[in-house]
Amino acid sequence: MTIPTSSIEQVIPGQGSMAQPESGKPAKAKRQRFRFVTNKKAATGLIMLSIYVLFAIIGPWIAPYEPDARSNDLIQSPSGAHWLGTTHLGQDVFSQLLVGTRSVMFVGFVAGIVATVLSVIIGVTAGYLGGKTDEGLSALSNVFLVIPALPLIIIITSTLESAEDWLIALVIGLTSWSWNARVLRAQTLSLRRRDFVDAARATGEKTWRVIVFELMPNLTAVIASGFVGTVIFAVLSEITLAFIGVTSSTTWNWGTILFWAQGQQALAQEAWWWFIPAGLAIALLGTALSLINFGIDEFVSPRLRSVGKTKIKTVDGRTVRMRIGFTPVLSNSPAPHTQASPTPVVRKEVTQ
Amino acid sequence: MKYLLQRIAFYLFTAWAAITLNFFIPRMVPGDPVQALITKYQGQLSSQAIDSLYVLFGLDKDKSVWEEYVDYWSQLLHGDLGLSFTFFPTPVSEIISTSLPWTLLLVGITTIISFFLGTGLGVLAGWRRGSWADGLLPVTTFLSSVPYFWLGIIAIYLLTGPDSFFPSSGGFDNGLVPAWDQYFIPNALKHSLLPALTILISSVSGWILSMRNMMVTVASEDYITVAHAKGLSDRRVAMSYAARNALLPNVSGFALSLGFIVGGTLLVEIVFSYPGIGFQLFQALGAQDYPLMQGVFLIITISVLVANLIADVAYLLLDPRTRKEG
Repeated sequence: MTIPTSSIEQVIPGQGSMAQPESGKPAKAKRQRFRFVTNKKAATGLIMLSIYVLFAIIGPWIAPYEPDARSNDLIQSPSGAHWLGTTHLGQDVFSQLLVGTRSVMFVGFVAGIVATVLSVIIGVTAGYLGGKTDEGLSALSNVFLVIPALPLIIIITSTLESAEDWLIALVIGLTSWSWNARVLRAQTLSLRRRDFVDAARATGEKTWRVIVFELMPNLTAVIASGFVGTVIFAVLSEITLAFIGVTSSTTWNWGTILFWAQGQQALAQEAWWWFIPAGLAIALLGTALSLINFGIDEFVSPRLRSVGKTKIKTVDGRTVRMRIGFTPVLSNSPAPHTQASPTPVVRKEVTQ
Repeated sequence: MKYLLQRIAFYLFTAWAAITLNFFIPRMVPGDPVQALITKYQGQLSSQAIDSLYVLFGLDKDKSVWEEYVDYWSQLLHGDLGLSFTFFPTPVSEIISTSLPWTLLLVGITTIISFFLGTGLGVLAGWRRGSWADGLLPVTTFLSSVPYFWLGIIAIYLLTGPDSFFPSSGGFDNGLVPAWDQYFIPNALKHSLLPALTILISSVSGWILSMRNMMVTVASEDYITVAHAKGLSDRRVAMSYAARNALLPNVSGFALSLGFIVGGTLLVEIVFSYPGIGFQLFQALGAQDYPLMQGVFLIITISVLVANLIADVAYLLLDPRTRKEG
């Protein structure tokens, strides 16, 4: 019987971490935290993200030119002097890209933090307190959920006189918390009747203490994935705002580059170096963040993992596809419809 | 029925919230924007337009905020969204009613196609885990991270040109007049192909991913094992047992993410200069045309709310549990 040992090994740690969240001693918890990084997707995402963070910090210092500095090399294709070519004013695209990283990361993270804090406050409170508070807060988050966020952000920022980075981050953060609040509320609802929460209440702990020290640690994964999701949304929103020209044009970000490329007919001039790198930078940053989120998802719910090859050849030459939900059955009956063949154990019930 | 009424009440409440928000946002504009606009459009603004502007920005000194709010509602209920600056002196409602059909057709149809296509592929990827379908995942991750408008730019760069079949901008050729005839319809379709493709490619991946994850979760439920044990065909189990149950969260997800999708698709219109609502919004932004911006926001919000209501009805039809009285 060929059992893919890896799939079984992988199932156990995630299961342990979520099913018995309170049982872990500190040392054990630490080991599990490192487990998260061993997930290939999460590790790839984290490495990519840290490269972006690095460029956000050192970008403006290592940029070979000032992003605004004009020169006589108008619309030059990439060369040794200008790695990613130049714009219609002879500005260096590579420098603009490097300098712009900081603004993008700043807005992404600040908006992410604002939205996450709001969603935790609203979602967890609603879920834990229940009753009228829950109804009110849920209605509030549902309203924010169905109002289209991007048009709202566009309208708000366009009325602001000077849309600086921190202001944009704030607007995005204040309008994009609702999805996470909803998810957190649902998760809290399932947690609040658990024994350990009841025990904490019975010992007379204050409500805020129960929420912060008993519930929050168990919501870490959900909060983290919500944060990452909001950062993706914030980055895309900021770039969109810059692209349609509502943000202040003095700060550089990738959207500003695309704004100029679009406005100055980069397409008609075949200046691919002007708009392709910026878009790729956005897409790769988004991919990195999504990968981290997949890592978190799979960490929480091991079923979601890609299991690798599931088609195997049995001894008698038939191909069998392994699937979750199959109980191992060993039978010699040749009846075709029962698929009586050594089907490996992949099934591991996640007891919630 | 009770469920549906509850939902309708909720959407009415949300519509009220959006309209109220729309009422207060212009009041955040610092300084006296009306004066700035009057100087900008020297002599082009009629006194009536100036009056309506003062109401819009809440700068009418003689009235309390409450009275302004009531005025705003009565204007709105008369279908009066003010006058546009960009297309002065056309009323905003007229501009919106000419551009809305374009957006509804383009975004509506592509969103529905994308939902069904993505859900179908997601069923496949979730059911045949570990097969070639898993290869879709990295690609879809990348595509879902690409901004819609950038994909549009790339599409224009790669696929359009002087001799290309695809036109690079607009909704129809200049010489044509919008009408339901054999000249206009094919031309409009040709113009909408590329924007539709762009929206499709970047939005389909989200559905694939969420449906795949739901399928994987559902596939390990006991009733699936039972269905297999009964000897039902693999196809039947996948479709009637697994997919039918996995679909429900995806449908409610569809309703909730409409707001995000619509926001993204507006950008595609901008890139392709497609004569829809998004392109109008873009032009309004450039000209600081506040009445048009607000009208567009209002229409987008109301469309999304209506679409949500339709998705709720669909959910009601799909899930018998919600139909039970009591």
